[in-house]
Amino acid sequence: MIGHGFETVVLWTDACFFLLLAAFVVGGMHAWRRPHLRRSWARVGERPAGMAAMVVLLVFLLIGILDSLHFRAALPPAAGQTETIYATEVTSVLDVVMHSQRTDVERTYSAPLATHAFVKETVELPDGGQRRDFPRLVHGGAHLEDATQDHTGDIVSHLVLGAAVGVGLSLLAAAGLSVFNGGVKRFVRGEAQLAWRSAWLTWSVVAVVAGMLVSLAQGYHVFGTDKVGQDVFYLTLKSVRTALMIGTLTTLVTLPLAIALGILAGYFGGWVDDVIQYLYTVLNSIPGVLLIAAAVLMMQVFIGNHPEWFATAAERSDARLLALCFILGVTSWTGLCRLLRGETLKLRELEYVQAARAFGVPTVRILLRHVLPNLMHIVIIALVMDFSGLVLAEAVLSYVGIGVDPNMASFGTLINAARMELARDPMVWWSLAAAFVFMFVLVLAANLLADVVRDAFDPRGG
Amino acid sequence: MWAYLVRRLMYALPILMGVNLLTFALFFVVNTPDDMARMQLGVKRVTPEAIERWKVERGYDKPLFFNEGAEGGGKLTETVFFDKSLRMFVFDFGAADDGRDIAREIQQRMGPSLAIALPTFVLGLFVTVSFALMLVFFRATPLDFWGVVVCVAMMSISSLFYIIGGQWLISKVWHLVPISGYGGGLDAPRFLALPVMLGVIGGIGSSTRWYRTIFLEEISRDYVRTARAKGVSELTVLFGHVLKNAMIPILTGVVVVIPLLFMGSLIIESFFGIPGLGSYTIDAIQAQDFAVVRAMVFIGSVLYIVGLILTDLSYTLVDPRVRFE
Repeated sequence: MIGHGFETVVLWTDACFFLLLAAFVVGGMHAWRRPHLRRSWARVGERPAGMAAMVVLLVFLLIGILDSLHFRAALPPAAGQTETIYATEVTSVLDVVMHSQRTDVERTYSAPLATHAFVKETVELPDGGQRRDFPRLVHGGAHLEDATQDHTGDIVSHLVLGAAVGVGLSLLAAAGLSVFNGGVKRFVRGEAQLAWRSAWLTWSVVAVVAGMLVSLAQGYHVFGTDKVGQDVFYLTLKSVRTALMIGTLTTLVTLPLAIALGILAGYFGGWVDDVIQYLYTVLNSIPGVLLIAAAVLMMQVFIGNHPEWFATAAERSDARLLALCFILGVTSWTGLCRLLRGETLKLRELEYVQAARAFGVPTVRILLRHVLPNLMHIVIIALVMDFSGLVLAEAVLSYVGIGVDPNMASFGTLINAARMELARDPMVWWSLAAAFVFMFVLVLAANLLADVVRDAFDPRGG
Repeated sequence: MWAYLVRRLMYALPILMGVNLLTFALFFVVNTPDDMARMQLGVKRVTPEAIERWKVERGYDKPLFFNEGAEGGGKLTETVFFDKSLRMFVFDFGAADDGRDIAREIQQRMGPSLAIALPTFVLGLFVTVSFALMLVFFRATPLDFWGVVVCVAMMSISSLFYIIGGQWLISKVWHLVPISGYGGGLDAPRFLALPVMLGVIGGIGSSTRWYRTIFLEEISRDYVRTARAKGVSELTVLFGHVLKNAMIPILTGVVVVIPLLFMGSLIIESFFGIPGLGSYTIDAIQAQDFAVVRAMVFIGSVLYIVGLILTDLSYTLVDPRVRFE
């Protein structure tokens, strides 16, 4: 599909996401050089739960990154055409990797790994008659000659193949870690400082499961298909990016507001403090969902009235996602701000800040050198803890109708679409199950990491 | 105490003014009434007359802040800001888009909302505090460890899952209670049992962990050690000392939400078809009925401020050191 060249597209959320990743890397390098920060992060890595959570989150991050590299493929040139024309559709690298899952669309619902459709249709018989029956799927299990007889055997062979690849990846990781840890024995006994065994175990589970899923996806719809016949496995993986964006981009708004206002209020006191406290009391006093609803409604009106600003549908839903992150950020900085204000109040009375002031160190310098670094542990803890809440909130907001664009794949839209079909008998459960399981794994990993990070960074010692 | 209350209420006024200005800016300055009319009537092919009619029907045809054409005080009062924003201070919310009076609707829907929210709140508090106390009693044992693991797992599950799963299992498979709906009088428990139960379950994970942390912090204090040294039994220590002294942080988190119970729960009410304020809000959001959303924002912040005042008052009940001044 990209045989004729392509043009890269950087959506706004992509740009922000990569900016954030870059900031994360720079922050990591900074922490690496400072012994005390390094010790804190090492404490995160020493805990098996921390390493396991990080491995899972990294896998999700990888999916998110693949899905954030966007481009527009060039259309095959028509006769006599000199300049290349690009497709209006924006695709991502993940779309290319999952090309067959994306394009192999059935007519409507089909159960996971099914070979036949979920609802009966009128089928033309070879002799010219008609019969109500479950028709064969166009793509799911299409490679089987006898769909009923070969089905189980074929699934098992796919599973075995996938598991074998997964085990291979796991062994590869074990070998790599053994070299890295200085010998197989040291690795097996877990003698290294960090909990590499836990990381390896998690990786093995992830690799085997992923291997089986990918292997099955070659011939079937692993998680079935939705109402319009789209592959649910593909939609679920696409949802990961949306969840990551909501969980991370919101911090681009929260952090600057909370840090700047919290430090100012705490350090200067007086009327500055009064104004900032007033500001966050006002914001706090509006129930969160209602404030978000009001802002999102207005944003919808705004986007609806300015269709000329957005060239493609992807750009419009992207703008909506970014606006949603912005709104979530504006409504959720108050808690962190209050924490930072309180901590700054304590810090400004400490001897080293007093000494710096007595020496005539400029205020900006005091804030940047003496106050800000000593607040960072609160910021990091808040960052990790907010992530899981935001991912969960996205689903609820989409249900209320104030979440992401209904055309954008997200856990919320998946659940919302599947909810309508619960009354159906037999039930269409697979979209719900897939969305909930993926969301659960992502949020669980984030929660575990948050706990470990809090224990490691909280000076009170948890 | 009355002087204190009056002063607190006076402090609340500027905050409500702020909320008012903020919502007004959101609803009328970000998008003009013309924009909203166009959105409501469908973006394409709207005649200027239709827009004008829409605005007149809802009273959006006046100037925003200052009416040049009016006389005397009317210059300020015959404006959108006065009509739509300032009137809220006397709880005059006007009519919704379907013409019904919002204030009356709110009065009617408060009952069903409370019928769900109050039992959920009380039961939830009881269950989570007991669970947390139990974990603290068995602290540093496998029971505590696995209890925390269960809590973390439970808080990682989407609230939508509890509702959808509960409806499916209890109503659809076991046919124990109706899947949704609401009835008054003796019929009510049948409809309320499931939503209340799911509301409680959904809150167990995070609340239990929060209370456990509070209790653990309290249990490492000196007075607890002294009590134990005196030979006070562990149960008395837990209930008589730890729980009592943990009341301040608990009240800080709990009392503030009591007034907000009137607002009901958006998601649960909407899933179970309960005619409360939560489902009213959701319907308004989905129908883009801005008047209702504005009214709910205002009521929500009033209730929040009431909750803050109640919190401060409640401190005096549990801590004799706290006094009004």
